[in-house]
Amino acid sequence: MLESRMHTENNQQVDTKVHTCDPQQWVAKYADYLYSYAVTRINDGELARDLVQETFLAALEKAAKFEGRSSESTWLTAILKNKIIDIYRKKSSGLLKRQEVPVEVSESDDFFEVDDGHWKVQHQPQAFGLEVYNPLIGKEFDHILKQCMQKLPVLWLSVFTMKHMDEETTETICSELRVTPANYWVIIHRAKVNLRACLQKNWI
Amino acid sequence: MNDNTLRKIAYNCKKATFLIEKKQVGSITVREKLELKIHLAGCAVCRTFEQQSIVINKMVHDLFHEPKLNELKLDDDFKRKLQGSIDEKLDKN
Repeated sequence: MLESRMHTENNQQVDTKVHTCDPQQWVAKYADYLYSYAVTRINDGELARDLVQETFLAALEKAAKFEGRSSESTWLTAILKNKIIDIYRKKSSGLLKRQEVPVEVSESDDFFEVDDGHWKVQHQPQAFGLEVYNPLIGKEFDHILKQCMQKLPVLWLSVFTMKHMDEETTETICSELRVTPANYWVIIHRAKVNLRACLQKNWI
Repeated sequence: MNDNTLRKIAYNCKKATFLIEKKQVGSITVREKLELKIHLAGCAVCRTFEQQSIVINKMVHDLFHEPKLNELKLDDDFKRKLQGSIDEKLDKN
């Protein structure tokens, strides 16, 4: 275990920003947080529990190397995040096997006319109360938002989540999920068009 | 950019919404900004889309950040087991 503070001879604290690593306290301090973090990103409680456990065990293995440059919670979250990205990758490559060309997003059931790119009349966005940001919109909306996100194809949801939840860079997302930049933008676009349509349909 | 491409863009909602998304999560070129501006000036549907898209991004961000994140809890039984396996490992080392 590392000491968080260094002391000078006259006992003044030197602000070295070294953080402690105290595995005995991990469950009490971080288990719920990490669990919530995982559940919101993979929407699978059981898998999320497993990931929390794996995170702690992996962290224990690495505890000796913990250098205290970041806080324990940041460090643990980073380990968990990598495990979540592994899941995304596995899920989307599973998709790769089942379908021939999953990344090349299909044009069928498109929202736009093929010849001129107009909105198809039945898909034209309409105002439904989501034109102005309202942070107090409430749980019911959150619930619908989550459900609509879950309807997106796995790869799209992975891209969308990494971008909007974790604000990862485009480069990171493309390399972690192995999509080309061109496909990345197609996915970002189509995920939003679909998500918006789902919200309009269900939030009235 | 000639008149023909301008006209095409001015009526292309697919391209416009693509640029709306790209602008929000990355960056678009000066030329793309101009294309988008021209399109939005004449397309109320895409203006609605843009408003909603921006709000959706904020809602998604809110959804997964404090304080809502604290609502979920692991059950105590699982935590006890977890603590047990950590203690066990610590004892070994």
